[in-house]
This record gives sequence, C-alpha cells and structure tokens, in this order.
Amino acid sequence: MEPGWRWELSAVHHLRLRRHTQDDDTLSPALRLDTFKMAMHSPVPVAELLLRRLEASDGGLDSAELAAELGMEHQAVVGAVKSLQALGEVIEAELRSTKRWELTAEGEEIAREGSHEARVFRSIPPEGLAQSELMRLPSGKVGFSKAMSNKWIRVDKSAADGPRVFRVVDSMEDEVQRRLQLVQGGQAEKLGEKERSELRKRKLLAEVTLKTYWVSKGSAFSTSISKQETELSPEMISSGSWRDRPFKPYNFLAHGVLPDSGHLHPLLKVRSQFRQIFLEMGFTEMPTDNFIESSFWNFDALFQPQQHPARDQHDTFFLRDPAEALQLPMDYVQRVKRTHSQGGYGSQGYKYTWKLDEARKNLLRTHTTSASARALYRLAQKKPFTPVKYFSIDRVFRNETLDATHLAEFHQIEGVVADHGLTLGHLMGILREFFTKLGITQLRFKPAYNPYTEPSMEVFSYHQGLKKWVEVGNSGVFRPEMLLPMGLPENVSVIAWGLSLERPTMIKYGINNIRDLVGHKVNLQMVYDSPLCRLDAEPRPPPTQEAA
Amino acid sequence: MPTVSVKRDLLFQALGRTYTDEEFDELCFEFGLELDEITSEKEIISKEQGNVKAAGASDVVLYKIDVPANRYDLLCLEGLVRGLQVFKERIKAPVYKRVMPDGKIQKLIITEETAKIRPFAVAAVLRNIKFTKDRYDSFIELQEKLHQNICRKRALVAIGTHDLDTLSGPFTYTAKRPSDIKFKPLNKTKEYTACELMNIYKTDNHLKHYLHIIENKPLYPVIYDSNGVVLSMPPIINGDHSRITVNTRNIFIECTGTDFTKAKIVLDIIVTMFSEYCENQFTVEAAEVVFPNGKSYTFPELAYRKEMVRADLINKKVGIRETPENLAKLLTRMYLKSEVIGDGNQIEIEIPPTRADIIHACDIVEDAAIAYGYNNIQMTLPKTYTIANQFPLNKLTELLRYDMAAAGFTEVLTFALCSQEDIADKLGLDISATKAVHISNPKTAEFQVARTTLLPGLLKTIAANRKMPLPLKLFEISDIVIKDSNTGAKNYRHLCAVYYNKNPGFEIIHGLLDRIMQLLDVPPGEDKGGYVIKASEGKTDEPNPELVTVSGGGYTLFFMKLVILIWDFRKKGR
Repeated sequence: MEPGWRWELSAVHHLRLRRHTQDDDTLSPALRLDTFKMAMHSPVPVAELLLRRLEASDGGLDSAELAAELGMEHQAVVGAVKSLQALGEVIEAELRSTKRWELTAEGEEIAREGSHEARVFRSIPPEGLAQSELMRLPSGKVGFSKAMSNKWIRVDKSAADGPRVFRVVDSMEDEVQRRLQLVQGGQAEKLGEKERSELRKRKLLAEVTLKTYWVSKGSAFSTSISKQETELSPEMISSGSWRDRPFKPYNFLAHGVLPDSGHLHPLLKVRSQFRQIFLEMGFTEMPTDNFIESSFWNFDALFQPQQHPARDQHDTFFLRDPAEALQLPMDYVQRVKRTHSQGGYGSQGYKYTWKLDEARKNLLRTHTTSASARALYRLAQKKPFTPVKYFSIDRVFRNETLDATHLAEFHQIEGVVADHGLTLGHLMGILREFFTKLGITQLRFKPAYNPYTEPSMEVFSYHQGLKKWVEVGNSGVFRPEMLLPMGLPENVSVIAWGLSLERPTMIKYGINNIRDLVGHKVNLQMVYDSPLCRLDAEPRPPPTQEAA
Repeated sequence: MPTVSVKRDLLFQALGRTYTDEEFDELCFEFGLELDEITSEKEIISKEQGNVKAAGASDVVLYKIDVPANRYDLLCLEGLVRGLQVFKERIKAPVYKRVMPDGKIQKLIITEETAKIRPFAVAAVLRNIKFTKDRYDSFIELQEKLHQNICRKRALVAIGTHDLDTLSGPFTYTAKRPSDIKFKPLNKTKEYTACELMNIYKTDNHLKHYLHIIENKPLYPVIYDSNGVVLSMPPIINGDHSRITVNTRNIFIECTGTDFTKAKIVLDIIVTMFSEYCENQFTVEAAEVVFPNGKSYTFPELAYRKEMVRADLINKKVGIRETPENLAKLLTRMYLKSEVIGDGNQIEIEIPPTRADIIHACDIVEDAAIAYGYNNIQMTLPKTYTIANQFPLNKLTELLRYDMAAAGFTEVLTFALCSQEDIADKLGLDISATKAVHISNPKTAEFQVARTTLLPGLLKTIAANRKMPLPLKLFEISDIVIKDSNTGAKNYRHLCAVYYNKNPGFEIIHGLLDRIMQLLDVPPGEDKGGYVIKASEGKTDEPNPELVTVSGGGYTLFFMKLVILIWDFRKKGR
C-alpha cells in the first residue's frame, strides 16, 4: 500500500470525524490531522500507553507530565487524548492552561556558554586585544557594548595599531547566565519581575502558555479500546458484528447534506395557492393568454371613458405594431358607443364624442378585467343565462414610474361572480371567505371609486406588524352600463374583486424590494431557499436581511 | 386619486368641532375618503429641499386627504366641509340658485374661428364675493385641482377667473393667428405676442405642460372684452389686466374647452363651491353665451335632476332591509335630497349640480350603502352553485412545472417586456425576423417589445447569478407574444430550459427533453407518431431559439410549443 494512499485515507476519515463530532477546536485542523495520525499509527499507540498509565494512576494524570515521562512530544499525547475523547466516555479530559517561562534558543545558548559580554571578557588576554579583532568574534558586537556598560573592559584609542581593548577588572560574575540557568532549572520564580522582563527584552526569555489536559477515567473506561463505527455496513449486518461494535453518536447540531433538487419560484408557488383557493371555492379559470388587448376590451367595454387618465400615454403601453385591433364585435361596439356618448340602460352616459379609432388602439392590457369583460361577453351570448364564478391570475402592464414596489409588469388576481340578485353583502361575504383562506380574518371595507364598478369598496385588513389597516384588495359591483350592452339580463349582478399577486408574496416572504422577487436579477439562492407557501398558516416573523 | 390639502384648524373651525387625528381618519374612512398624510408646509419643503430652505416656512398642520376621482365637489375645503356636515346631519344641503342680474346680463360671444380648436365656452358671475387670504388660496387651488383632474390637464377644459370690475362686456371668444394676439399676461410686466409667450413658457415648469394643446394650431383661442382687453388665452394663461386679488368683489368666470359636458360641470363646481362667500349666499349671477350658430344659452346650468328609485331595489342591491323612509334619510345625508313618494316604495332623489358623478341608479345605491355604513352590512355567501374548471393550458403548465422541478430544474420568472436587442441582436437574429410586437411609448429600452422567446430572460438570470455554484439548471414556462395576421397578436406558451456548466452537457438538456416527452406521453420516433429531434438551420454557434426544435405527438393540441435550448456560453468567452 502506498503511504500516500494511507495518508489520504486517514485524512478522509478525519474529515468525516470533524464534520460529525462535536469537539472543542483548540487546535488547528492541520495540526489535528498530524496528531491523529501519530496517535493511530505509531508502533505502540500513544493512546494505549496513556490508558495504561491512567489505569495505574490514582485520580488522573497531566498530559505534559506524561509526555515528559514517556519522552515524547506533548502534541503526540494531546493527539491521543483527542482520539480517545472521540470514542465517547472512555476518558475525561479537562483542558488546563498554564503559563511558564522558557528560554529562547539564544537564551539556552547563553545558559550553556555564558553571556555575550562574559564571552567577550574572557576572550581578552591580559595584554589586550585589537578592537577590530574583537568585533569579529561571534559575540563581539553585542558583548562589547554590554561589557563596556558593565565597566568590565576599556578601549585604548591611542594604541599604535588602532584601538585596543583591555580588561578593567580581573574577574566578573556572569549574572545573565546564572539567571537563565535558574529558569532552565524550573526556578523562574526566584527571579524578580524586573530581572525577568529585562531578559525578555533581550529576547532570551519568553513566557509561553501551555495547554495541557488533565486526563481522568471516563464512565466507560477500559484499556482495550476499539474505534467507534460511524456507519452501519452490510458486512456488519451479515456477520452480526454490529451487535458488539460501539457506534458513534450522531451530531444533530451539524447541518445535513441538502438533496440535489429543482425549485419552484416563490411568486409562482403563491400563484398556485391562489389558484387552489379559487378552485376550492368553485371558481372556473378564465383564459387570459393575450397580453395584447384592444383599448375597446381594456377600457371601453368597461365603461371607462376615452378621456380617462388611465388611457394616457403616461400610464399605458400602447403598441406601434400592430397598432390597431383588427376584429371587434361591431354590434356590441355600437351599443358601447351609444352608452358612452348618449347613455341608455338607465344611464346618463358620459355625453362625449366616442371614437372608434380610440377603441381600436392596441395596448398591453393594464388589468385582467379586460379578460373578465371578454368572458362575461361570451357568457351573455349563451342563452339562457347560467350563473358563473370566474377567476384569473396573470400578468398586466403599466407604463408607470417604477420604484421599490412597482414594476412595469405585475400579476393581477381577479375573482368574478355573476348571478341573479347578488348584493353588496354577498360581495363582502365572499371576500371574507376568500381572505380567510389567505389567513386574513380582520377585514374592513372602505367606499372607493372605480370607473367600472358601483358600488365600489376597497378591502382593508389589520396588519399586526405595522399596527394599522392596510389595503389588501379592491372590489365592487360591475356597472349596468358595462353589463347591459353585453347582453346580460337586467337582474343579473356581477360582483368582482382584484388584488396583486406580488404584494401578498412580498409580505409572505418578507421581501422589501420587488426586484428581489421578480425578474432576471433575483438571487437564485432566494429561490432555492424559499419555503412552502401555506397562506393560511401563521406567518413567521420576517427574516432579517442576510447576505447570501 | 386627487389629494386635497387643507389646513387642519381651518377645517375644524368650519366643521364646528375638533377631532383627534384618529377620529378624523375614521370619519374619512366611513365617508370614502382617506386621510393620507398629516404634515405642514415646513415639513414638505424640508423633505423636498432640505431643512435650510424650510426655515421660516409655515408649520400650520395640513391634512392631505385623498378624494375619489369622480367627486369634484370635494376638491376644496368648502366642498369637503359641506359634504361632511351634511353627512353628519349638522347642516342641510344648500340649494344653489342662478339669478338674473339687476342690470344687463354679461354676454360672451363665441365666433366660428374657435370651432377647429376649442369650440365650447361657458361663463358665470360671482357677485359681491368676500375673500380672505385662505378663501382666495382655496379658490385658486380648486381651479388647479379641476385642471389636473376632470379638465385632463386643461386639454378638455380650461378655467379663467377675472375681476369683472376691470372689464366691460360683452366679451368675445374667438381664435386668432398667434402673431396677432398681444397682451400682458399674468405675472409679467410687459406685453408679448402669443408667439413670444409660447417660447417664454417653454421653460416654465408649470405652464410648459399645456403648450402642446394649441402649439401647432394655426389659430390660438383668445377672449377679449369690448375694449379689446385680453381676458385670457386659453388654455395657457390669463391676462394681467383682469387678475383677481383678495380684494376682488365681482368675478367673471369663463371655461373654454373641447368637451361641453365637462365645461358645464367645471363651471357648476366652481360657482357652487364659492357662492358660499357671496353676499347672497349660494346664488350665482347668470351669464349668456352666444354660439356661432346664433343660439344663446344661459349659464351656469345648476340643474337639479330628479331620479326615481324603488326602495326595494336599493335594499336588494345592497343586501339590507331598510324602510323607504330610512333610505331617503340615508341618501339625504349623501347630499342627495330624497323623499318617499307614490306607493310608499318609490324614493324621489334630487341630484344637485354638485353631484355630476351620479349618472345611474347604481350610483344612488352606492351612496345609500355608504351612508348605511359598508361595515354595518350583513355579510352573506351567494348561493351560486358552480363547478370549477381549470383553463387547460394553465392546468398543463402547473403539472409540468412540478415535474420540471422534480427533474432538478429551478423555476425562474422573468419579464415579458424587453429590449429589441434582447430578442434580436443578442441572439444573432434580425428584429424583422422575430415577428415581435412593438411598444410605441416605452419610457426606457427595457420596454420596447414583448418577448418572442423566453431565452433572453433565462440567460440574463444566469448572468446575474454567476457567483452561484455550478451547474445552474433553470426553466421557465410562460407566454411569449408573436404578431399574428389574423388577430394582430397572440400569446404562445413556451417552455425554455437551460443547463449552465463548465462543460456543455448536451446530453443533460437532451435528457430533460426526453423526460418532458415522457411526461407528455409522446414516444420517441417519427414512425410511432412520436417526436424527432432535428438540427435546425440556424447558425450552430449561435444560441438560435430554433436550434433544436421538437415536433410530434400532436402537442399543438395543448397550444404548447417546446423550445429546448442549449448554448455553451464559455465558448463565446462570456
């Protein structure tokens, strides 16, 4: 077996351990990889030695002391402690940290061979030494200035062959060496604070923190250890060995591996729920697959006068090509024209000159009510009249100023009920049922104005978070001037309501900017992470904005 | 929805009591108004131009109230107060009267030159009016509100108000060549010709929006008095000579326009609102308007119309059971004086000139419901029994969406509108080959066309998500729009899927296609009536939407057109 392969294996194993076990991360992963290998693969495993010593000890033992006794690196012992910890309750290990003074490499050299200044002093013979020669010695530079300041030596600058150095005293005490030897002998405490700090400044002494473990027997202590299994294999099952093997407990705090999957878009998940709600309530889906609509169906059929501001270039996208609708039901168009310009069906009308050219103008529909008008017109052509409940959810377009909550296109949800003798009370009743299915129970109705409904009412719901009433939809009873020219019977009322799909979705998913929800700039992570859409469930508090 | 801004204290003074903000908000809600904002001039300036500019501005509390777009009678403090007082039954709705003057009636003669540009005019006189600063401001503000709303930014109707004491009738409404019109306009110190004025006003932030109404016409409308003094050049500007001030006592009002009905409504609104301050309250002095055909009319109309509505109709439409007497009382509170007549089930309703929005019985029904209180109406469920059906195309779409996600693809939602470049140039196609529908008034290039393919949206989604781990597997099922010779334009439902990775992975998108066909129960192989995949004629290196097309299985039955695309971006070095 290649050593490299073996390394690989243990590394992989180790990584798995890391991912699924909770342990304190006092050591860097690289270091842990090393110690693990040493612990598991040395000839007599350190772990085994440790367990044997622990059995013989009373109470416990210190990892650093054990390392010293065994004559091995402390890290090797720490590795053994870690791997034993991973086995469960075999041992208990308590992390202790102690501070200690240690000699640096230079400090050890000085403890052994004396300080630089002492070495300089010793190297000077009674007849003196040329300064240039002295400077060439290994300890020359540092030792010279120190010995000078200690007044052990002097320089004679008047000597014939250049400055010469002479001893001043006959002998000296090498205090530095003595102090360092004290530290080396474990008697650092005998030095004063000032002395220690002076030596530290000379980089001869360093204070180190030593992390050691106090190891004691665990509840499942045993000197014969076996590695805990992480997975149940078919072999274990067939041989029955699983019965005797210890298994590693699962770590439920770690994250699992998410399945590879596709995801549905949150707005369309909400759309599905709205469809579902309407279907549950017995509403039939209207065809809405025509983004391009004539002004006739979008406005005129709804008794929206031709000078209405919504028909402005500023609010509606008109088409350059194809600019005009080719087919309009002309006899119906005539009835609409008459109702606008002269009135009829009990109406005064708007009394203006209605123009066919204006009605022919193609546009991108500004609401799905155009599709409702088409559906109601088709319904009116079927005799006898049968009551219907219709809904639609689809895109609409507005040439408006864009901001954080408004785009040029959005989805409109619309519900329509046509029957004999429907009342405002019925409209409110059905709205209550509809909004209850959305989890909205506190409703309030405000008088409003829509060109094609009368009476009209805005629907408000109490928002717990905002602590105020917010508008959640618009509704009303379609005007007779809209319905009667279509050919619907006079005693048939049509109640309708509409709302946008984006707004409840933004509230539902806690999204503040519509661009984070719709369009190509959305973060796919948002799509991946979006929860199920359960409109009637208690909304959770909106998530705090976090970077993906 | 128009927003009317009124001084709170002035409003409360006129209402004869004070409200807390909450109480007033509640009253508005009940009445169909919305207290949109509580602010002050100072706050508004500070918000728009910073604190420095706001220093010294008035900090009198303002209520900004949203008014329904058809209630022109609520566009000023006077109207709001009258409406609310009648609603709370604190006053009776005043009766507006047109009276003949003691002396000669003011006359406005329309000449035939106006026919091609602005053919209608109406007029009236407010006699012995007493303004204060606040009343005067409200009078000016109401004209502005009417201009912005019912007058459609002065295109349909333009209002001119003049100090009658500076003028002498009869007045002539005519149209002249711009170079022949010369006068000193409001707020200017010297005379200009109409041509000069149109140039000057090009840089006027307020007036520049109205210039287009007459700019390219050979003749401009203009009104003179008998001495040749210019009253106004509608719809742009009044003359300075007849300007009104706080001290003006007698006001001549003219409304010119292209919509006769609306001109009459606008005049009625102004005189009904401000005749309150005339010596003889709520009376308006008539003026005579002579049309080019010689016919003469007297304005303002101030017409009261009677409507008859059966009480049970109101009860049935609203879903309540009120006595006819109660219903009449409710309607009277809505400024519609009503009484029970005939068999005791008929209610006669008087529609005052202020309520031009009442054009049908349904409008009366609504007012009864508002006065009853929407939130007092008993909610009931309609007994309408129906069986629900899904639109087949949407049903198939829903089913397919779930299985696309089950196949590991993620759904995106992209815009139906885009730039020409997105669907043509960027895909290596000529725009004429796309059969796209074109928008005539896009504000930006993003809204030039409706998409003819879903691909650009998916590619742009990938471009915006380059930091995401690979591969990206995306799909969209949505509509595209193609010009159609029969109906003009038609939606087609498309499915588009992209696989984005370091390697092309054709087999993955191919596999998805096979999976979709499996889901749609279409077998592979032409001989089995199934599907075949053929290379299309598009340049293979281009992301041509037709690169691989699928046919077979009669799927046109579902109006489905499947276009599966594969394009290796990295090859293109993007």
